[in-house]
Amino acid sequence: MKKQYQKAWFFVLPVLLLVAFNALIPMMTVVNYSVQETFGNNLFFWEGMGWFEKLMRSDRFHAALGRQFMFTGIILAIEIPLGIIIALSMPRSGFWVPICLVTMALPMLIPWNVVGAMWNIFTLPDIGLLGYLMNTTLGINYDMTQDPFAAWATIITMDVWHWTSLVVLLSYAGLVSIPDAYYQAAKIDGASSWAVFRYIQLPKMKQVLTIAILLRFMDSFNIYTEIFVLTGGGPGNSTTLLSIDLVKIALGQFDLGPAAAMSLIYFAITLLVSWLFYTLMTKDDTQ
Amino acid sequence: MAKITLSKLRHSYYPNPETPEDYALKEIDLDWQDGGAYALLGPSGCGKSTLLNIISGLLDPSEGQILFDGQDVTHLPPDQRNIAQVFQFPVIYDTMTVFNNLAFPLRNRGVDEATVKQRVEEIAEMLELGDMLQTRASALSPDNKQKISMGRGLVRKDVNVVMFDEPLTVIDPHLKWKLRSKLKELHQKLRTTMIYVTHDQTEALTFADQVVVMNDGEIVQIGTPVELFERPAHTFVGHFIGSPGMNVLPCEVTQGAAFFNGHMIRLEGDISAGSAGKTEIGIRPEYVSLGDQGLEAKIRKVSDVGRHNVVDAMIGDTPIKAVVNGAVPAQGETVHLSFDPAKTRLYRDGWIATETGIAP
Repeated sequence: MKKQYQKAWFFVLPVLLLVAFNALIPMMTVVNYSVQETFGNNLFFWEGMGWFEKLMRSDRFHAALGRQFMFTGIILAIEIPLGIIIALSMPRSGFWVPICLVTMALPMLIPWNVVGAMWNIFTLPDIGLLGYLMNTTLGINYDMTQDPFAAWATIITMDVWHWTSLVVLLSYAGLVSIPDAYYQAAKIDGASSWAVFRYIQLPKMKQVLTIAILLRFMDSFNIYTEIFVLTGGGPGNSTTLLSIDLVKIALGQFDLGPAAAMSLIYFAITLLVSWLFYTLMTKDDTQ
Repeated sequence: MAKITLSKLRHSYYPNPETPEDYALKEIDLDWQDGGAYALLGPSGCGKSTLLNIISGLLDPSEGQILFDGQDVTHLPPDQRNIAQVFQFPVIYDTMTVFNNLAFPLRNRGVDEATVKQRVEEIAEMLELGDMLQTRASALSPDNKQKISMGRGLVRKDVNVVMFDEPLTVIDPHLKWKLRSKLKELHQKLRTTMIYVTHDQTEALTFADQVVVMNDGEIVQIGTPVELFERPAHTFVGHFIGSPGMNVLPCEVTQGAAFFNGHMIRLEGDISAGSAGKTEIGIRPEYVSLGDQGLEAKIRKVSDVGRHNVVDAMIGDTPIKAVVNGAVPAQGETVHLSFDPAKTRLYRDGWIATETGIAP
């Protein structure tokens, strides 16, 4: 047996502790809550799988989950193609490169709650720039506090504004890594610009796009702050996505058991979809 | 298939070139005959890739013209020139199979599927890719990938010229030789004009019928491998080609004779007329022999390179190399060196300045 270097364990230890205290232990607490019922005073009663069964049959949960998938689906369908198009039209070299990159990175540097507040003020019908313009100047009835459609349009626009840059920057990184010879060869082979995109640029961007889609999926599936600040889940329940509903149940109604069960299912869905997607996208490479 | 003519071609990467140093290519006039196998040889940065990209249409020359069979194509884009180019690193379309890779240039030009199939299979057979046609191209080894790049160039029947830009750079040494002979074989079969750019003299000399040697944006000599070796037109060709390269010895010319270190050196022929300039004697180490008489030299080092020994010696302050078969002198020994007059030449400002024919 070869003697192995064992001291490396000490370097991993701080990370293990950190992960234990900010992820593993809280999560075990959640598991603990999810199988019990409490009425306060630190009194707990065994509930078993009861909360999970109820949740699976709950219309309220189904509606929130449906809204969540709709939101994530729509923003992915917009942000991914839009990000690729912007990345393709950005200059590859020269004076404008740093300017484009910094401009692109700006929205991502703004904290979530500030983004929510900004868009809230921006869309107010009486004083907001956009709200005033739409209602008074253009005469289009636009009030996201009253109209569910307007509310959805606003949260989607806000997310596209905030996060398309991530897709742009990742795609751009993939694009600039393509050697010139590929474009020259394609020119000589008589390839159309669509063929260049389909057979050179897209395959070379595949890896970064997989990461981009994964990040955007997880992030939008867990979105909370911006929507909480902007619409608070309203009007009615129209923009109550999973996370907003979860917080309402956990902190609003203080139903710790159902909330814990819900967050575990929520976590499982995120994990499952991410894993499925990643496995499918990388399947070809390992052949 | 076409004869390619380069006429008064100059190129500069600066927008407003002024001095000759601003030009990456300084006035090139050259004819490439139809069906020839050419090599473009020169050190890195001598302008050979620039020249190649101008012929293929990836670069627009600053001045001059390119003619394919007398037709001006100077400003035509690459796909309208009907040329093919193989790059330093294998360029393949990762997501396609080998078959689709080879079919790509044909399909882009609207060739019917039956012809595509027949042509692709033919070329794949020649390149020994026949049994990999349905594999994904990204799964192949670098030498097979490079074969695909070559195949994409050769698959089009009407191609005017196939250009290779140092295509063996990333190939393992033991496969280089194999691919090179494959290429030579393909040239004999297809008779397409081929231009092979390289800085490796072995590659150039084994592949080409005609080698164009470039240095500093200029063509210094065009000739068969034998001509380049036997009678270099420029000291650059002399020491760039051959291993070790030609000895270049400073000399003085008085009354039509060359003197080195005070000794008169016999040359291959009369010294041609010309203005005064720096004069040098060029002699290949292969034609320097050790003997009882001649120039006195001190042995500095003897290296056994396998087939023969290379002797490093000093004549006064001037280093000189000789290729010796058989017995070699010891280090520090004093020997006498003599030059084969038929292979000894005078160079003036780098350029050859002797007439052929042994002096009386």
